[in-house]
Amino acid sequence: MTSRSRLPFYFAILLLIAAGISIAVWRHVELGIPWFTGEQKPVWMVEARIDFTGTGDPVLASMNIPDQPPGFRIISEQAASPGYGFSIVEDSGERRAEWSKRDINGPQTLYFKVQLVPDERVRTGNPRRRPKPEAVFWEEPQATAVEELLQQAAARSSTPESMTRELIKLLQPDSSAQNTTLLVSNDNYIDLLNRMLNHAGIPARIADGLALEDARRRQQLRPFLQIYDGSSWLTFDPRTAEQGLPENVLLWRQAATSLLDLVGGDDSEVSFSMLRQTVPALQLAQSQSAENGLGFLSLYQLPIEEQGMFRMLLLLPLGALVVAFMRIVVGIKTSGTFMPILIAVAFVQTTLIPGLIAFLSVVAIGLLMRGYLSSLNLLLVSRISALIILVIFITAGLSIVGYQMGFNTGMTVTFFPMVIIAWTIERMSILWEEEGGREVFVQGAGSLFVAVCAFLLMSAPLAEHLTFNFPELHLVVLGLILLMGQYTGYKLSELRRFHPMKAYD
Amino acid sequence: MGWISPFKLNQLGMLNMNRRNVDYISRYNSRMSYPLVDNKLKTKLVVAEYDVRTPRLLQVVRQQHEISRFRQMAEDLEGFAIKPAKGSGGKGITVITGRDGDEYVKASGARVSVAYLERHLSNILAGLYSLAGTPDVAIVENLVESIPELARYSFQGVPDIRIVIFQGYPVMAMLRLATTASDGKANLHQGAVGVGLNIANGRSLNAVQFNRPITLHPDTGLALDNIAIDGWQEMLVMASRCYEATGLGYMGVDLVVDVNEGPLLLELNARPGLAIQMANGRGLLPRLRQIEALRKPHFTPEDRAAFAMETFTAKI
Repeated sequence: MTSRSRLPFYFAILLLIAAGISIAVWRHVELGIPWFTGEQKPVWMVEARIDFTGTGDPVLASMNIPDQPPGFRIISEQAASPGYGFSIVEDSGERRAEWSKRDINGPQTLYFKVQLVPDERVRTGNPRRRPKPEAVFWEEPQATAVEELLQQAAARSSTPESMTRELIKLLQPDSSAQNTTLLVSNDNYIDLLNRMLNHAGIPARIADGLALEDARRRQQLRPFLQIYDGSSWLTFDPRTAEQGLPENVLLWRQAATSLLDLVGGDDSEVSFSMLRQTVPALQLAQSQSAENGLGFLSLYQLPIEEQGMFRMLLLLPLGALVVAFMRIVVGIKTSGTFMPILIAVAFVQTTLIPGLIAFLSVVAIGLLMRGYLSSLNLLLVSRISALIILVIFITAGLSIVGYQMGFNTGMTVTFFPMVIIAWTIERMSILWEEEGGREVFVQGAGSLFVAVCAFLLMSAPLAEHLTFNFPELHLVVLGLILLMGQYTGYKLSELRRFHPMKAYD
Repeated sequence: MGWISPFKLNQLGMLNMNRRNVDYISRYNSRMSYPLVDNKLKTKLVVAEYDVRTPRLLQVVRQQHEISRFRQMAEDLEGFAIKPAKGSGGKGITVITGRDGDEYVKASGARVSVAYLERHLSNILAGLYSLAGTPDVAIVENLVESIPELARYSFQGVPDIRIVIFQGYPVMAMLRLATTASDGKANLHQGAVGVGLNIANGRSLNAVQFNRPITLHPDTGLALDNIAIDGWQEMLVMASRCYEATGLGYMGVDLVVDVNEGPLLLELNARPGLAIQMANGRGLLPRLRQIEALRKPHFTPEDRAAFAMETFTAKI
């Protein structure tokens, strides 16, 4: 006996299933497509408002806007300022929004909105060139005080981070260092810190952060200290020496540039307001998919009409899975393989009870009519064709009657494929002649039962969600169906069928 | 109606449908050979070359217009059988056993007109009974008249003997007796009685109807426990020859014993059912595995039949 080893087959199935699941997980992680329906994601809507007074000259306002802020992903940006020319300019790694207009007088307001999603995985991009500490010039008596403070801090530290922490502690008003009071006044504190660190050979810069709280208006930016430790920029709270960015702080500006440059206006002021919204995670993923490289794997790019069709089509494999399981493992008799799947798809469109009523009534009337047709001694082809035409009449009749009586049930009949119904009627009636009514009942009930099971699976919101948003999961379905094709065990129904064998045990 | 545990079925060596399809039919039956078996006309022609006799062919109806010729031919016939060449499971077979004036008498005793038979022929041609609904050919055969020793057990209908042949070895056999429930057909799922036959000597083992053990024929009331088939070895050899004729490794051979002609082949089946196990009260698997484990297969049908008669006694 030569039997081919089934190992390669099982290995291929395993690969298929693993591929399906891993692609789905990958897309879930990369695109953020949610596993479940109705998942919500917080989205911050931050609005920068620039107020200034025009002086009658051409205006050019240029504001620094966020670029890869750590902990957030930018979804959309828009400016609302009627009459202004607007563009986003990128140069040397920083992004600026620029508004321009010819002549303006009087108070002006410009808005810039940005939508952000909290995303832990976003880090500050590494600078292309290694930042170098700026050369700083001090005058006496500060120079001596600075030197002393830096020596103290250096003595207590070993790395740029610890040095920064120690220096911040030393600069606090309550610290024992006498030089502190000499150096620090209220408004130059952060700037001083920055200069001292640069002087000590640690590249440092001041970043502006925005604390995000729901529905706050007129917020100002808070300065944060950033130092470069040789591999990336680290953020410190300049007052408490806490390392790392607090949660819900958006670094609006991370470069040593101005926040706002205004030519042709006076009294400029920038303020921020923010709002926390929740957006369905799926919508978010769909809007992301276009710009993400993985977008081509999803169906979101298709026209809406096609998408709707695919929603339906992609449910079919689930139906096939149910039919395969019911026939191979459970052992329910159905008339034909695809009939239950197609009936189930029709049920998805008609909902269950009206669909069942419609289907049963059409098939019943059809069986009666076919009884008459068979007495006409027609050839098979013409009989089937006649039956299809009759089925159309029956559905039309049921629809009209149902509509007149105020039921919508009648209308749902039209969702059933005519040919399938006609063929079902024909098969059933042949079965009736050949095997008797009992077999018709068994197979008909079996088909309907399997169709209802398939419908229940297909109509689950989660099923539709997963099949449409993770089409690759169908590889898993395919693997399972292939696996069932190798099932050589007993069917559930055979345990009943072979029951009399107990006598011979 | 209870349940039986799968472990118990495994102990009994019951072959189930999934295993039959995957491990036996798809492995030992090449797709090339199916048309030979699924088409009764082709079967007749092929097995004739291997000295396996079949009922005499009276007419082949291939076209719609040939049906009128059937009317002329059937005028002076007492009995005949109309079969679709590609039918399966006895579907579409109409057996006429006699005449009553202008009408024909079916095996069940029902009277039908010649128009009924013509419509039946036309249905066959349209493919109503063929496996895939493809256009078909109708064959009209001589009526088989069973030997009285067996015929008395069967109620309206010819008793036939189903032998499962695996790689040319007869592995299990049963006698199928028609009942009122089965309308003269010998299909177990339609209610025919299956009587398990001992491969070693052709004697009955036990009997089932609708998968339930019985001891008496439900219609004739005859005891089914000591039926013996004459010329048993000859029948096994004949069944075994069909392996050479078709090359199918796993098949069912249906034989009848005619009064005048002796054993005849009715049809071959590439997907024999599992009911034969119920009729025998034992599973096929141990026997199939025994054949699979043979190191030196026998090359002639006679040797294979002899080997089966030695090996597959009532104990195995």
